[in-house]
Order: sequence, then C-alpha cells, then structure tokens
Amino acid sequence: MSLAVEFAYWQTSIFKLLMAFVAVLIPAGGTVYLYLFKMVSFMQSRLGPMEAGPYGSLQLVAEVGKWAQKEDIVPERADEFVFKAAPYVVLLSTFLLVLVVPFGPDAQFVDFDTGIFFALAVSSISVVGILMAGWASASKYSLMGGLRAAGQLIAYELPLVLAVVGVVIQAGSLNMQDIVTAQTTGEIFGWGAIGNPFIITQFVGFIIFLIAVQAELTQTPFDMPIAESELVSGYMTEYSGFRFLLFFIGEFATANIFAFLASVLFLGGWSVPPFVMDVVPGLAPEVTGLAGALNGTTGGATASFSPWFNVLGPIVMATKMLALTFVVYWVRFTYPRFREDQLQRFAWKVLIPLALVNIAVTGVLKVAF
Amino acid sequence: MALVPGVIKGLGVTFGEIVKTVTKGADTVQYPHEKEAPPPRARGVIALHEENCTACMLCSRECPDWCIYIEGHKTLAPPRRAGGKPRSVNKLDRFDIDYALCMYCGICVEVCPFEALFWSPDYEYSEPKIADLLHDKTRLGQWMETVPEFESYEAGAEVKQKKVPRP
Repeated sequence: MSLAVEFAYWQTSIFKLLMAFVAVLIPAGGTVYLYLFKMVSFMQSRLGPMEAGPYGSLQLVAEVGKWAQKEDIVPERADEFVFKAAPYVVLLSTFLLVLVVPFGPDAQFVDFDTGIFFALAVSSISVVGILMAGWASASKYSLMGGLRAAGQLIAYELPLVLAVVGVVIQAGSLNMQDIVTAQTTGEIFGWGAIGNPFIITQFVGFIIFLIAVQAELTQTPFDMPIAESELVSGYMTEYSGFRFLLFFIGEFATANIFAFLASVLFLGGWSVPPFVMDVVPGLAPEVTGLAGALNGTTGGATASFSPWFNVLGPIVMATKMLALTFVVYWVRFTYPRFREDQLQRFAWKVLIPLALVNIAVTGVLKVAF
Repeated sequence: MALVPGVIKGLGVTFGEIVKTVTKGADTVQYPHEKEAPPPRARGVIALHEENCTACMLCSRECPDWCIYIEGHKTLAPPRRAGGKPRSVNKLDRFDIDYALCMYCGICVEVCPFEALFWSPDYEYSEPKIADLLHDKTRLGQWMETVPEFESYEAGAEVKQKKVPRP
C-alpha cells in the first residue's frame, strides 16, 4: 500500500472494524429496500412502502426502530444461553465472510492465501447457529425448521464448494486477488478485450453456485426450513425484537456477501474489463501500473493495479452485487417452494453430479490448453 | 426437460410485471392521498331514515350476528281523520348498529319492509376505540346525507327500485 501516511495497527484495526459494519449493513439495507420492499411490490403491481421518507426509503429505519422496541422474549423451557447466543453465531458467520471479499487491490480486510477456502469454511458456521436456535427454542416448529435447515445447508454446501473448485482450477489459485487478476488479465483465444470473466468458461459452475447460494440462504424455492405455511417461521419462530433483527440482518447481509463472492469468482471482481482501462485514461492515471497489469500472466500472476481501483473497486463490486442479488430476489419471488424430498433429490442427484462433471471437464481442458 | 421453458416463462411473468408497474403505474391506490370511487351500491355504512322505522324488529332479528339494538315503546298518535280514535304507533327510542360486529351482509337493508335502512358508500368511520363503533340513531341518521340515488340493477336482474327519501 503506497499511502503517504502510515497508520498504527490500532488505527487500521478500528478503521477496518467500522468498514466491516459498512460493508455488511449498507448493502443489506440497500438491497432490502430495493428488492425486498420495492421490486417485490412492483412484481405484485403495487408500490410498496411510500410514506416513510421519499418513496419509502426510510421504511427500514422505521422497521428497525419497531423491532428494537419489542420485548426480548425467551420461551419458558428454552435453553436460555444457547437461545440468546444463536443469532450472534449466525451473524458471526456473516461478518467472517465479508473479511476475505476483495473490494480493490488493497481494499480488503484480510488477504488470505486461501481466501475462497476460508469463505466457504466460515459460511458453514451459520448452520451451527441455526441448529442452536432450532434446538434451544424448545418448540416443535423451531426444531423441525432447524433440522430441515441443517439438512438443506449441508446438502447444498457441497455443490457450492464444487462449483467454486472449477474456478479455482482455472485461476490456479485460492487467493481472491489472484482470481480477480486471472480474470482481468486472461484472454479468450488470444482476445483480451474483456479479459476472461469465468462466467463464460464456468457458466455451469456459475449457475450451480447461484442455485446453491439460493439454498444456503433459504430463499424461496428452497425455503423449507422457514416455510411459513407449515412451520410458522422455522428456527426463527420463538425469536422476537432485536434477536429476530439479528437473524434478519444475517439472512440478507449473507445474501449480499454471497453475491460479492459470486462477482469475484465469476464476474471479474472489483476490476473492469481491460478495454475500459484502455479507453479511459483518467480512470487510471498510473499507466505504468496498468501496463504491468495487462502484461501479467494468468495463474498466480503478479499484476500491480492502479491505486484508483481502491476507490473504483467498491463501486464496481456494488454494481455487480446489485445485479446478482436482483437475480436472487427475482428467483425468490417467482417460484413456489420445493418439497423436502424434491429439495434433497435436486442437490444430491442433479447439482452434485453436474458439479463433479464440471470439475472433470475443467481439469481436462486446463491441461489440454 | 419440459420443465425448463415453464421455469423461464415464470421469470418472464414477474419481470414483465415489474416493467408494467414501473412504466404504467401500480394497480393499487395510495389510499390516504387518492381515493377510489366506490362501485354502484357499495356497502360502506348503513344509514337509518328514522321517520320510516316502526320498530318492527325485523332487521334486528334477521341480523346474523345480532349487532342491531332496538328499543321502542307504544304511544298514541293523533287520529288520521277528525273525530277518529287516536292511533297506537311504535315510537323508536334506541336504534344502534355495532359496526364492530357488523359483517356488512345487508340482510337488514333487504328485510326492512318500510324502507328505513339504506346503504351508503361512505367507509371512513374508523375509531381509535372499538366502543365508538356503536353508532346510535342520530349518527345513523346523519349517514342519510351520503346515500346516493338508487342505481337500477343490471339487465336481467329482478327490477326493484328503491326511492331514497330526501329531507
């Protein structure tokens, strides 16, 4: 990082802590307003919230205020400590996930060598939180919901991981920055104008990833765990007020972070296509850095990007994230719910074999080319 | 594979609806700011024309959830012709409709033999307290101003014209 001022460790730590909240809460609030409130209303030919603030933009503030006022109810026979801790465990997984998302060449909380592996590992922590919530509530609906959620999340964790493996093979690295570099500097049969976003070569993986994300988030075609018509609200049934809000934030913030991950893995991350870098000189004043980037080789390439990408990167990422979450919510509010056995069969008999075939084909082609 | 086109078509339906709402506006009405014109013979609130009521109790007895309360007493009215006997009539003391109970079936309006009850399309009479939804006969009488002229039924219906009394 080439900054004029050097910050002490505690200063960067506080800054990173604040930015983590920004990176989790702002996209969550934005997508909840844009998609959950507005887009769904438009799908149903209504306008959605219109009273709180211009076009109802402050509706979420009102909702959060409402939740914060509510009584924090713990069921009489619940395991109180586990019951109270469960939402924090779910939220913990969300915050751990955002750590490895790269928003720019330097704008990343932690740059692990095995970043994507870390992301997939910590995303499973939410299963623990959901099981805790389901078991500790001492309610049959919660227990059913928790167990269904556990079964579903474990089943769909596999296609999620396997879909990523294809990308990792192609990029030749588990590091998130290297995956972005590989896509920006890559070429499709010698044509490098748009780089090589893996959505083209890994399209099957991309579709599998999106479906698995939809299931991981228990969004509607896969919302058996919280099926409101049979399980009230699944593992969230007994929660009220602030703890429910934590689950709510966990659900929607994780949707955004998975969208961030998908845009890093498949859409080129914070980078813009090379032809944009070529035609917009004002975008990247340090041309030497960019020239180096364009001459870099894929697969663990060392490319130095213009520091301007630390500013531009978050905007590019937000755009890609909004596009992907649009698809997530579009699917969510279009399809009816799967039955439990259909849901499991779909994961084990369709997605996982398909992902394995995708890995094999990717491996063969990687060696061939 | 017959499933796939339907799955795609479903996404098209919802996306088309988004485009329709954004370009042509929503089907819903933003209520406090703009109000819908009620359809003909809309059942908003029941108005009472007190002069026509004979306290016969038919409406009260036919009411499925017993939300009409009527009290009356017999009294003597002056004779129709000079030198005649004073007539015995029912005088209405109390006529309450509890709109917290009313289910807007309209049976009371249908059964009234003396055309004392009328439907009014007015619907804005919500109250902070549920007890205030009990409208007494003064309040019910005030609704008479909002009763529109009776619109005839559509073709093919049993022709019944109801004359709305005007003060």
